[in-house]
Amino acid sequence: MTVESTRQVAIRINQIPFVTEVAPETLLVHHLRQLGFTGTRVGCETSACGACTVIVDGSAVKSCTMFAVQAEGTDVTTVEGLGDSGGGLHPLATAFLDHQGLQCGFCTSGMLMSAAALLDRSADPSADEVRSALEGNLCRCTGYETIVRAVLAAAAERRGAPADAPPTVVRRADGGYLSRGE
Amino acid sequence: MYPRPFDYFAPLTFADALEALSDQEGAKVMSGGMSLIPMMKVRVLAPAALVDLGRIPGFDTITTDDVVSIPALVRHRQVAADPEVQRHAAALSEAAAAAGDPQVRARGTTCGSMAHADPAGDQPAAAIALDSTVVATSRRGTRRIPARDFFQDTFSTALSHDEIVERIEVPLSAPGEGSAYLKIGRRGRAEGFPVAGVAVWVRAEGDGVVAARVAVTGVSSQPYASPGMEQALVGAVDTTTITAASQQVLDGIPVLADLHGGVAYKSHLASVLAARAAQAALARARRSLGRYDISERGGHLWN
Repeated sequence: MTVESTRQVAIRINQIPFVTEVAPETLLVHHLRQLGFTGTRVGCETSACGACTVIVDGSAVKSCTMFAVQAEGTDVTTVEGLGDSGGGLHPLATAFLDHQGLQCGFCTSGMLMSAAALLDRSADPSADEVRSALEGNLCRCTGYETIVRAVLAAAAERRGAPADAPPTVVRRADGGYLSRGE
Repeated sequence: MYPRPFDYFAPLTFADALEALSDQEGAKVMSGGMSLIPMMKVRVLAPAALVDLGRIPGFDTITTDDVVSIPALVRHRQVAADPEVQRHAAALSEAAAAAGDPQVRARGTTCGSMAHADPAGDQPAAAIALDSTVVATSRRGTRRIPARDFFQDTFSTALSHDEIVERIEVPLSAPGEGSAYLKIGRRGRAEGFPVAGVAVWVRAEGDGVVAARVAVTGVSSQPYASPGMEQALVGAVDTTTITAASQQVLDGIPVLADLHGGVAYKSHLASVLAARAAQAALARARRSLGRYDISERGGHLWN
């Protein structure tokens, strides 16, 4: 059987159009990482952990459980696409830093993307709704409590409301974060 | 982690999809891919060709006229959120809402879940209890297969290799009818694969049940109807009689232990879930007749 071994796919990634040749069996996560978007992780190989989560046409999906060819014509946002083009952090990222929503950071990209998709559709989620939205994202370090707190704080920040919990991480006077020994 | 290479077809019409499926040796259909792709990644499946239904227009909307019709590209989260599904097929809505996780529900499809026939599929159990019909189409024509007859073994259905589940149809709910689906996931979670899941549909007249359909998933080689509990539920009127009937939910069903539960554990879960699902279904049936009971228990099992 003569088979075209590759297909052309056109995907807008973080608002930049990419047109590339991919083999059909290439998973979206590998395609993204090959293009340099290495913030998207390969975590579990069983579609359970969500470290590969990206936003495709507005929905958080597991990029390890999609073929790149299925993303033809779609808008994909990876963690690199959160925040502004000047390198400023997205409120979620700032909240994760302020509330210690990460330790090793491996699950964090996926957590941020699922949380971003939640906040895009819900301005004032309850803690239970946050937990529910993060059901498909596993973390081995934090025990999830600080992640939930961070997402709620980011939601409050976006609404312009006062956050319920003060940040647990102390910042320097110039806005940077303290490192060991300071 | 890396699927075997395959030939890939993304037809733009359903007719082209049927042609590709029957012409390509070793072809499999993909809608959401949430069950298919994980199997291809560990190479349990290595189809020579994939026919991706994702570009075919007109298959992504639930319609309700004389039946609730759920075509091939309707995602789990749509089924969970649709008001007509909630009204006429509450068990299916609850099964879809609890399937997988948010990312899976954004891509996975109900028809795909039916065709895949996971022994722990949520929606298959609801489809059986709701007396749904699988509409299976090939180039040879269309067949209507009752959900009750559709599941034959682990990952095995009545589908021929060249048939696609075009849609499933769920009957409209009449006054006096109600359904519910309850599950317990792994590690006690409310989502993910059920360690046990039970779907119940009842018709009530006066105080009690006059007809019932029950299906169980997650405890055996496939989702099963439960004729034992269906018969025992007739005449049930309250928690006591419902709980008694639920003791028979696994009659005639071979319960299989797995990594997530032994036979005794799964059997216990199934009977508790069956009782709660039946209470919830009966409460909904009564409410549709304008009867309210403030002492009723029912509704979702929250983690």
